[in-house]
Amino acid sequence: MPITDIPRPLGKKLQDGRSFFPSGVADGGAGRVRLVPGIEPPILADVRLRINGTEHQLTIDTRTSLLDLLREHLDLTGAKKGCDHGQCGACTILIDGRRANACLALAVAHNGAEIVSVEGLADGDILHPLQRAFIEHDAFQCGYCTPGQLCSAVGMLDEVRDGWPSAVTPLLAAEGEIELTAAEIRERMNGNLCRCGAYANIVPAIGDAAA
Amino acid sequence: MSVTVTGAIGAAVDRVEGRAKVTGQAKYAYEYRQDAVAYAAILQSTVAKGAVRTVEAASVLELPGVHAVLWHDNAPRLHEVSDGELEVLQSDRVSYRGQIIGAVIADSYETARQAERLVRIEYAQEPHDVLLRADHPKLYTPEKVNPNYPAVTEDGDFDSAFAAAEVKIDCTYETPAEHNNPMEPHATLAIWEENGVTLFDSNQGVVNVKTTVARAFGLEPDQVRVVSPHVGGGFGSKGTPRPHVILAVMAAQALGRPVKLAVTRQQMFALTGYRTPTIQRMRLGADRDGRLTAIGHEAILQSSTVREFAEQAALPSRMMYEAPHRRTTHRLARLDVPTPSWMRAPGETPGMYALESAMDELAIAGGIDPIELRVRNDPEVDPETGHRFSSRNLVACLREGAERFGWNSRDSRPGVHREGRWLIGTGVAASTYPARRQPSSARASYEPDHGYKIQIAAADIGTGARTALTQIAADALEVPVEEVEVQIGDSSFPEAFLAGGSMGNSSWGSAVVKACRELRARMAEEGSEVPLWVEVDTKAEAAAASAEPLAKHGFGAQFIEARVDVDTGEVHVPRALGVFAVGRIINPKTARSQFIGGMTMGIGMALHEESLIDLEFGDYLNHDLAGYHVPTNPDIEQLEAIWLEEDDPHVNPMGAKGIGEIGIVGTAAAVANAVHHATGIRVRDLPIRPDKLVGAVPRGNR
Repeated sequence: MPITDIPRPLGKKLQDGRSFFPSGVADGGAGRVRLVPGIEPPILADVRLRINGTEHQLTIDTRTSLLDLLREHLDLTGAKKGCDHGQCGACTILIDGRRANACLALAVAHNGAEIVSVEGLADGDILHPLQRAFIEHDAFQCGYCTPGQLCSAVGMLDEVRDGWPSAVTPLLAAEGEIELTAAEIRERMNGNLCRCGAYANIVPAIGDAAA
Repeated sequence: MSVTVTGAIGAAVDRVEGRAKVTGQAKYAYEYRQDAVAYAAILQSTVAKGAVRTVEAASVLELPGVHAVLWHDNAPRLHEVSDGELEVLQSDRVSYRGQIIGAVIADSYETARQAERLVRIEYAQEPHDVLLRADHPKLYTPEKVNPNYPAVTEDGDFDSAFAAAEVKIDCTYETPAEHNNPMEPHATLAIWEENGVTLFDSNQGVVNVKTTVARAFGLEPDQVRVVSPHVGGGFGSKGTPRPHVILAVMAAQALGRPVKLAVTRQQMFALTGYRTPTIQRMRLGADRDGRLTAIGHEAILQSSTVREFAEQAALPSRMMYEAPHRRTTHRLARLDVPTPSWMRAPGETPGMYALESAMDELAIAGGIDPIELRVRNDPEVDPETGHRFSSRNLVACLREGAERFGWNSRDSRPGVHREGRWLIGTGVAASTYPARRQPSSARASYEPDHGYKIQIAAADIGTGARTALTQIAADALEVPVEEVEVQIGDSSFPEAFLAGGSMGNSSWGSAVVKACRELRARMAEEGSEVPLWVEVDTKAEAAAASAEPLAKHGFGAQFIEARVDVDTGEVHVPRALGVFAVGRIINPKTARSQFIGGMTMGIGMALHEESLIDLEFGDYLNHDLAGYHVPTNPDIEQLEAIWLEEDDPHVNPMGAKGIGEIGIVGTAAAVANAVHHATGIRVRDLPIRPDKLVGAVPRGNR
């Protein structure tokens, strides 16, 4: 739902009849907007995104992150907000096939992008091998980091297949095929925090799904 | 009364909501769609002590889409609130930096956050006092410590016995403030309707939230409904309603529109509780054979000026080991800080870090193996009450772990085992956690076309409770798990205790078993052609269980290998093993996750976690996940948890002790003990940061 659709409501009174607002201040709800320097209304922009295979055309506040666009505007709440600062990885999605923190990505900067969130991993009722492996290995508890772990793992396995070395990749291996050891998985998944402490299950789950 | 095992209990059943969680379909509090919802952003105090003079909101209200700025001068008055932290916007007082002093409500999240930055606030600032010290002049002895224990205990003559002890240690251990940091930030969606308010809220107990909100807003309990089927972790921080819940309900009431409010990660460091820092003096005295004669555990903790919260840190020293002369004390300083709250195994976690580090130091002082020292002091009965233990298998855990970990071939000399740049050591510590239960109620129903359904206002914050209760119900009904649906996380279901104190499954499972039994009895009489339902509570059973003259606790042993880089002081934990004796395990798959999750958090406590107080501004400086380090994937290498068969019919009908917290207890001590074994350096203040080791590694080893 584009935010431009939301009508501006009139000012409300508190139950005891006092005004909501400090003395003498109208809320401007009558429609006329008087602007004070530094107080700027949102700038709107049109974006087009292909999300989990479906085309979306939206008018959005340019400050809207991809994460908030998914969660607040499209009701795709699979991607989670754990920190909104790119520190936890719970919001990880795939942008044009590469994993990224959706909280750090302004939607307007990704016009035309192909987005995959956790809702797009399964093929209908058939779960993605990583989803099956996470259930089998109990690679989550509360489940809040899980969508980010899964999208991150999908992106990570592609990076390995593409021969991207990590900090623990042996020097020689950087030239050829990278062996997906537990140490590689741990290192490459270090941007996805799990406070329930399921790491010891996440690593074998990813290893199994990749095998 | 015990459960007849037909096979569900003890089976490694996959988490029943697993599919919903891996497909992104499981909805958490902030994710419920609501028409015409408004977004609230919290205004936090930027001073640690004083009063709010003015909130200048005029220009902010010019911003299109901003509807209101709430503050103490225009906020609705609350009715009775039992917790000072929940008296949101009821006065101009500021009691800590980061306290809620207002809210901005707007049409969009972006505008709410923009407006929040634009509100100008003036304070009458007063000097603050935020640092806990062992010589703080305000230290006092509280009347009770949590949940309701005496603050001080004296048995025998501690001073004389300690003075006369042949082997003794006198050491002080410090733990920093630590923040729970569940992955899902606390969030509430509040929707007022004609007859009351509905909350979609992230919490560990819907009943608690319902009761508190009803009281605060002068409503009847049944005018408040709280819905929380999925909760993204809590670790204690969602055990009590936090102030933002009140603020969200207030904002929705004032605006006449549904309001969504999520606490930001940064705000969580002030608003959603944390573990108090502790300063603990341990004095242990023993004879030459390693038999303890004196145990002294004196804990210093903090609370806020808003409310007394007295963490029971010295509690484990009352029941862990035999000693005729014992003293345990707690003293608090009420500082200008946020009120501490529960964090995974409050009391036991910091307390057992101190006690189990001290036991390691005593073992070394007496030239005794640390496992043998614990075995020699394992009590026959609870030293505090004289009651028998319902079951106590600490020694078996230590022995089993020693065997599996290769403890018995260990060279006990510290600082002698080196591989390349790594100094290597191993450490052990004991774990314990009480096995308690509380009354709960539950409804069991049968419909010929829909099968069995259980409803209970329980919570699954990631514990696996929904799955475990399904298994418990299936066995009590003597049907396969597939035929049972368990519904939880809704205050319209029969009242139940919260997910806390490792009492969830014990309390809820007991009610579920009773409900299922009665339903079966009804079906035996009335057949299965008609719909039937029963509702039960376990007040009588829970009271009887509490009155039994038995000491009920789970036990465990933690084994850690630590590697310390001789140049950088960096510590790795390549191997961790936990062995637990906690009654019957309902689901080995989800139980193992609880244990390894606790151990992982314990490794974080040992090596990373520390909330640093900023003396100048008076708040926690490193208030985000970049500054506050929780364990990440590479921090955890080989980590295993196992358990022993243990039959304990006294704890509840399932014979299962709580397992959500024991995994963290003792882990940090085991790491510190292993670091000492690796380096010869005893770090007595957590976390064991590289800077505490880097200059101290002996020259010959660098």
